[in-house]
Amino acid sequence: MKAGLNLIEASELLANNETSSVELTKIYLDNINKGEELNCYNTISSEEALKAAESSDKRRKEKKSKSRFDGIPIGIKDLFCTKNIKTTASSKILSSFVPTYESTASQNCINAGLISLGKLNCDEFAMGSTNKTSYFGSVINPWKSKNSDANLVPGGSSGGSAAAVAADLCIASLGTDTGGSIRQPASFTGTVGLKPTYGRVSRWGIVAFASSLDQAGPITKTVEDSAALFEIISGHDSKDSTSSIKQKENFYDNLNSSVKGIKVGIPKEFKSDDLPVSTQKAWDDCKKLLQENGAELIDISLPHTMDALPTYYIIAPAEASSNLARYDGVKYGIRENAKNLIEMYEETRSIGFGDEVKRRILIGTYVLSSGYYDAYYIKAQKVRSLIKSDYNEAFKRVDAILTPSTPSTAFEIENEPKDPVQTYLNDIFTVPVNLAGIPAISVPFANDENNLPIGLQLITNSFEEQKLLNIAKNVQDTINYAPNLDKWWIK
Amino acid sequence: MIDGWELVIGIEIHAQVKSNSKLFSSSSTDFGSGPNSQVSLVDAAMPGMLPVINKFCVEQAVRSGIGLNAKINNKSIFDRKNYFYQDLPQGYQISQFKDPIVGNGFIDIVLDDQTKRIGIERLHLEQDAGKSLHDQDPNLTFVDLNRSGIALMEIVSNPDMSSADEAVEYVKKVRSILRYLDTCDGNMEQGSLRADVNVSVNKPGDELGTRCEIKNLNSFKYIHSAIIYEAKRQIKLIESGESINQETRLYNIDTGETRSMRSKEDAHDYRYFPDPDLLPLEIEDKWIEKIKSTIPELPDQKKNRFIKDYNLNEYDAGVIVSDKATSDYYEKVVKNRSPKLVTTWVTSELFSILNKKNLTIDESPVSHDKLGELIDNIESGKVSNRLAKDIFEEMCETGKSPSDIISEKGLSQISDEGELEKLVNDVLSANPENVEKYKNGKDKLFSFFVGEAMKLSKGKANPKILNELLKSKLNT
Repeated sequence: MKAGLNLIEASELLANNETSSVELTKIYLDNINKGEELNCYNTISSEEALKAAESSDKRRKEKKSKSRFDGIPIGIKDLFCTKNIKTTASSKILSSFVPTYESTASQNCINAGLISLGKLNCDEFAMGSTNKTSYFGSVINPWKSKNSDANLVPGGSSGGSAAAVAADLCIASLGTDTGGSIRQPASFTGTVGLKPTYGRVSRWGIVAFASSLDQAGPITKTVEDSAALFEIISGHDSKDSTSSIKQKENFYDNLNSSVKGIKVGIPKEFKSDDLPVSTQKAWDDCKKLLQENGAELIDISLPHTMDALPTYYIIAPAEASSNLARYDGVKYGIRENAKNLIEMYEETRSIGFGDEVKRRILIGTYVLSSGYYDAYYIKAQKVRSLIKSDYNEAFKRVDAILTPSTPSTAFEIENEPKDPVQTYLNDIFTVPVNLAGIPAISVPFANDENNLPIGLQLITNSFEEQKLLNIAKNVQDTINYAPNLDKWWIK
Repeated sequence: MIDGWELVIGIEIHAQVKSNSKLFSSSSTDFGSGPNSQVSLVDAAMPGMLPVINKFCVEQAVRSGIGLNAKINNKSIFDRKNYFYQDLPQGYQISQFKDPIVGNGFIDIVLDDQTKRIGIERLHLEQDAGKSLHDQDPNLTFVDLNRSGIALMEIVSNPDMSSADEAVEYVKKVRSILRYLDTCDGNMEQGSLRADVNVSVNKPGDELGTRCEIKNLNSFKYIHSAIIYEAKRQIKLIESGESINQETRLYNIDTGETRSMRSKEDAHDYRYFPDPDLLPLEIEDKWIEKIKSTIPELPDQKKNRFIKDYNLNEYDAGVIVSDKATSDYYEKVVKNRSPKLVTTWVTSELFSILNKKNLTIDESPVSHDKLGELIDNIESGKVSNRLAKDIFEEMCETGKSPSDIISEKGLSQISDEGELEKLVNDVLSANPENVEKYKNGKDKLFSFFVGEAMKLSKGKANPKILNELLKSKLNT
């Protein structure tokens, strides 16, 4: 069987009885085994996966499959709570936590018959752009620079989710995106990453980082897979008050790759002399391609783009500082013994959280403190609404916006800048989308001079994922990007 | 006024919302269940859990706001109040800070026949915390999360009260209104209603003094004595040249004293911010109007009606309506009966027995129809008022109906004129000297004859007929 199946291909093989769920699951468990070096998985649930695969095959035989994707093995970011399967958020503080409940998004996958192979490594509490903040160590990007053997970051925070799809350690995966955590790693690994409209996918059962920004989405090999998996996980959930009441849509069946007459905005604020030549070229090539396919290019302005990053680094830590207060050693997770309650809190949280998480808790606590609240938090909320209105204005003139996904391609793990602010700059193109609550997708477009994938980002207005996926499919089908990844870890 | 000092008092009441489930989860709110038996994933703040507002609790808050004559805000916001404590699983309490569900309102209290209006600043919804149990183990503290997440209404008054009596009257009135509305059971012993009291003192004409807050008072008696103690403490400090520290204090129910809990400097920085897990709470006027149409008659309206319909005086009416169950009882008894007689029986005989036995009206040993039956017997002249009291006592002891007691003991009043005439004749012929004296102008002896006749009848003689017979016999 051909390696590197996607969701659609696998579903066809299953439908034609050319493979079984058990066979598929075994192949991918074997891939995971061979790819151990990549450190994609925090937890591998072989037994549960094989059991689920057997049930799936039985259903298929009895013509009682739950969906056309019944029996396909996927991976789930270790931020989604999974019943009876350890869920750690890649943090020491939750390193032995086993939920008694299943997140809505992962339950939706189970309801469609998808098989979970295990829990994918990520930055601790989804805070990071390199996957280096994980308590369980960095994920290694399956891609390597042409002339170097150095290990590269897969991006973050959904680094494990992206690397696993790229390296065929699962067929598709679930990630979460608070400031670019799906799109940036997708861009770094040559995969497709979709950040849906805020409210499309229930946040119930997903370990919270920044509640007003967090959104789950798929990381896949193709746009078709993205549409299919997004369709599976989306939908209203009464357990999440911020869940949209919009009906589930048939994103996959309704895919239509025509871009004739579509207006694509090119925001001038994303142009920069610092952009690598190859990224600039990819962006320009894509503009040309869309134009040739019938789209109209329109120069637009999103004036508050440069304010997005500082705004994000106030709002996200503020919410995180409060969301992470529950990890206090009292109810679950690790607890350090101490003389009294306050010391127990201090010890547990000092030992339980890593540096980046502590940094963000400190920033968040600071910006919410009396005397600073108005100057930081309130001001950030005001800027956030300006950013939203930038996009509202833009979408009066255009259907979609095209930008690079990231300011660079994957970099060496050892070369991460010492200054965290430099690392935060990785998210400069993705963060405004989260602040505006709108959907965006990163599609692989080309490889740079070092043979590393470059992703481009498409953005549409709220709840226009269908349009977003359609344009993305047009780009995908036109360029026919072939990853051509050398599986160096298989010896 | 205490020793020439004015008191300024403001009160925050924490009233537990009467609801079968919690503010943001579907767990039960029953009191007294086993520890941690009513805790959902949300209440225990498990990772990834999200709050979902309980519409009924919102309705209860709106209902309460209407009862407090307050403005219902169409948009209110839930904020997180952040602090660490073992019985606060989320590490924050969901409350309402800047934009509460209910705005300005007022209630009227009556003290010494004077009505005073007390302003209400706001009412907001918030979650209760769990309970820490420090007495289960010498070294460990246990946490019970049954209470965690139960809905509370915090009702904040303006600093409009100027005595401990007014403060108690205010809390009583709020409690009474909430109980009428059925939005809080008002059970203070179980902590369903508790008060934080802010007290300051100043000389008449001077600026307001520095206030201290006394936390968590759960009885009218404690509210009263804590205020008196606190005012006196502050006066003594100022008079000896010291100043008052703005602080939070605790009341010791054993000593009747207050002691410092934390000063203003040590106050938490709660880092309030809007809870991103919850959308702003939007309430349409249509819904408010619908709730308004279901608001029952409240104590003030009922009091006015009772004064008008049953000719009650201000005081009696106030006492009867202050508790909804009592007013319901009263109305059942008074139906088709003399209000005056019913009022006397309810406010004196019934209340005294309830007080003596420490019972609520719902636990009364005499049901409303049995009391009604007794009053019917008085009205029809079958038993005298005096006999009725004996019968009532027996009813309280045995739970029997008045007619059973009357027939069992032959206590029925003698109203038969022939029988009574015989009685009168016997009394008169046994006391010829006194008859003579009476006839010579000693009018006071009339009550002597009445007494003798009553004694002879074992108290059963109908006093009215007896009087008439005696008068006619003696005056001929």
